[in-house]
Amino acid sequence: MNKKLNAVIQGICAKVGKDRTRMVDVVRETQAALGCVSSEAMDLIARETGTHRVEVESVVTFYAFLSSTPKGKVVIRLCNDVVDRMQGMKRVAEAFEKALGIGFGQTTPDGAITLEYAPCIGMSDQAPAALVNDVVVTGLSSDSAREIVAALREHGDPSRLVRQLGDGNNAHPLVHAMVRNNLRACGPVIFAALEPGAALKSALAMTPQEVIRDVKTARLRGRGGAGFPTGMKWEFTRQAPGARRFVLCNADEGEPGTFKDRVILTECPDLLFEGMTVAGYAIGADTGIMYLRGEYAYLAPFLEDVLARRRAQNLLGAAILGKQGFNFDIRIQLGAGAYICGEETALISSCEGLRGDPKNRPPFPAQKGYLGFPTAVNNVETFCCAARILARGAGWFAEMGSKGSPGTKLLSVAGDCRSPGVYEVPFGISLAEFLAMAGAEDAAAVQVGGPSGQMVGPKDFGRTICYDDLATGGSVIVLGRGRDVLGVALEFLEFFVDESCGYCTPCRVGNVLLKERLQAILAGRGEPADLEYLQKLGETVKTASRCGLGQTSPNPVLTTLKNFRSEYEKRVAPRGDGLQPSFDLSAAVADAQIIAGRASVHAAR
Amino acid sequence: MNHTFTFTIDGVEVRGRPGQTIMQAADEAGIYIPRLCAHKELVPHGSCRVCTVFVNGRPQSACTQPAAPGIIVENETEALLAIRRSLIDMLFVEGNHFCPFCEKSGNCELQALAYRFGITAPQHPYLFPKRDLDASHPDIFIDRNRCILCGRCVRASRDLDGKNVFQFVGRGPGKRIAVNAKAALADTDAARTDRAVSACPVGAILRKRVGYAIPIGQRMYDAAPIGSDIEAVRADPHQ
Repeated sequence: MNKKLNAVIQGICAKVGKDRTRMVDVVRETQAALGCVSSEAMDLIARETGTHRVEVESVVTFYAFLSSTPKGKVVIRLCNDVVDRMQGMKRVAEAFEKALGIGFGQTTPDGAITLEYAPCIGMSDQAPAALVNDVVVTGLSSDSAREIVAALREHGDPSRLVRQLGDGNNAHPLVHAMVRNNLRACGPVIFAALEPGAALKSALAMTPQEVIRDVKTARLRGRGGAGFPTGMKWEFTRQAPGARRFVLCNADEGEPGTFKDRVILTECPDLLFEGMTVAGYAIGADTGIMYLRGEYAYLAPFLEDVLARRRAQNLLGAAILGKQGFNFDIRIQLGAGAYICGEETALISSCEGLRGDPKNRPPFPAQKGYLGFPTAVNNVETFCCAARILARGAGWFAEMGSKGSPGTKLLSVAGDCRSPGVYEVPFGISLAEFLAMAGAEDAAAVQVGGPSGQMVGPKDFGRTICYDDLATGGSVIVLGRGRDVLGVALEFLEFFVDESCGYCTPCRVGNVLLKERLQAILAGRGEPADLEYLQKLGETVKTASRCGLGQTSPNPVLTTLKNFRSEYEKRVAPRGDGLQPSFDLSAAVADAQIIAGRASVHAAR
Repeated sequence: MNHTFTFTIDGVEVRGRPGQTIMQAADEAGIYIPRLCAHKELVPHGSCRVCTVFVNGRPQSACTQPAAPGIIVENETEALLAIRRSLIDMLFVEGNHFCPFCEKSGNCELQALAYRFGITAPQHPYLFPKRDLDASHPDIFIDRNRCILCGRCVRASRDLDGKNVFQFVGRGPGKRIAVNAKAALADTDAARTDRAVSACPVGAILRKRVGYAIPIGQRMYDAAPIGSDIEAVRADPHQ
């Protein structure tokens, strides 16, 4: 047995040249081959890659898709995102539990199937959805949950669960997914035809500095949410001293309710890869890495095929399109289930084979990024915009959108609306206009920018979607009348608690405290003073946290305190009896009662 | 001296050199910025956030942020004191800290900070986590109840001892210190004299059999508050 394990690990490590910085690949493959990365496997991996065992353990215990104890041959990960919960996830969850005879977090006694929850898997427009190993199943009901279990019991092959193929490239043999694009509005920047090589030809006719100048003239800003000027980022990266430079594409689309990058990856990978190649030329990089979230692993074979074709077309590789000295290639790095890896320095850590902990800044990635070299990290959509700017011209791009936010933006909308899906809209569109497009005119509340964004009510629907007003990386979640806004805020806090890397105090501890206090309020144990406590604590977490996750994680509380204050006030009304509601006497003496073997007088009443 | 520059901390002009962090420059100037994960001989970690200052209005950790000409640093403002108090409280409620009988009492930097900040009881509710203890090693023990995840042991073991005995595992609230062995500390090459042991600011990694060799009352922070050594550098007319 040990010999066999040894051979498997040796083979996996050899595939990456025993390179410690490829640890995420090594542990992912080990997990896939053996169902876990066992203690013995950690020792062997450490020996093979020349590192310490605890370093391997540190990586394995960080990512949700990895485990040191055996999981089933098939792992069902039911998405428990807010939208999925709104659309009947609970019934699906119960059906899975009943059909499998196990609870969440458990494995069937025969070791065949493990049942787990996963945060947003990027399918909110076709919720409830789940991952069965790498296979996506969407639009689930309690019936389909039972059918899935029956089918897996019969043949154990997740790929056979896909009966009806989705539209567009979802039906491509290398994708073979039931996922639908739900592409509702195509704009001129992202969802327009592109002849492969067109942007690159125009870039290669210029100097790299001229390419950067064009991107600056177009006033392109990062589409991930933060909105940093892309041209400036490329210039800093180009100017930073370093023997090598890297282009990193952030395809770790994890913000709950965001799925627009999934549609780009499915329908316009050429535009994306072309944008990355243009960036490589502009900053002087020879390597690009696309960090693809583990939840989108089903797209990896298709994307690898596109890369292979582009190599064959001389759009990647040596002397691209005959340009001597310009060599550039792209590799795909798969993630393993960690929202934090969408933070650019955490993404770099993960690419380096480490835990997905963000890094201290400065130095910024443009100065010292991947493996210490100058690195430009951009969002999927940003690279697509850059390619289009080169193909169509900076002036053409800058004329679209609003003053401070040129171009178009992809929005992914889900929740209580008639037409969930992906929309390419010009920046500056009002939220009301957009809600009308999506069939959500009567929304009671809208979460713009995902949990890390803001929850707004009808009085704010006249505001515009752009960097200077309602900024969003793409997520728009609609809550209809009757939805509990604070219940949603609590679910978002639970998400951040689960996804915090735990590095810094305010995020690791503060979010737990926020969650517990809000939970107490929702359970009827709140006091008026709790609102002040939440406000102060939220601001402390926001100010003191080390990275963007912690700096935005209190937003569900802070924006609902601001925009839906009456929801809090009606739950923390002072009590007439003078008792302190936050103290639950029965719960406090529960342990003592068990030990004493008798109930208290209080409980008996 | 040619390369020095000046900037201000709470209005006081401070001299800095290229490559220095704000904390290093402040230390030299005799201005104490509270800290827990920072340690003079270790690379900055930036995790406890107790040293948060405002630099030109933006929050930064003083242990990682470079000093720069002309920056305006706020250190002892009401807002920052409140944030630091809250963070120190968080570290108390996150673990299980029992000062009255902890061997580290009087030498503990977390406890000393609480005294300096006048904290008598935390403002946050206790989380009472279940954490484990590793007493397998003949000379050292780990009590994770008292660990504040500052990472000093990780850095000291790696950079000062050349050993890599410690590393973080898990994430979020489940993050904890692990040792480089399948089971326990006894299976590692950790030694009683390791700097990783003395670097621990709290009572999480302790040497056995010396807990009360120095009586409580005669310990490091019993005489003067934490940070006094740094503040002694500065000839302050107000004190």
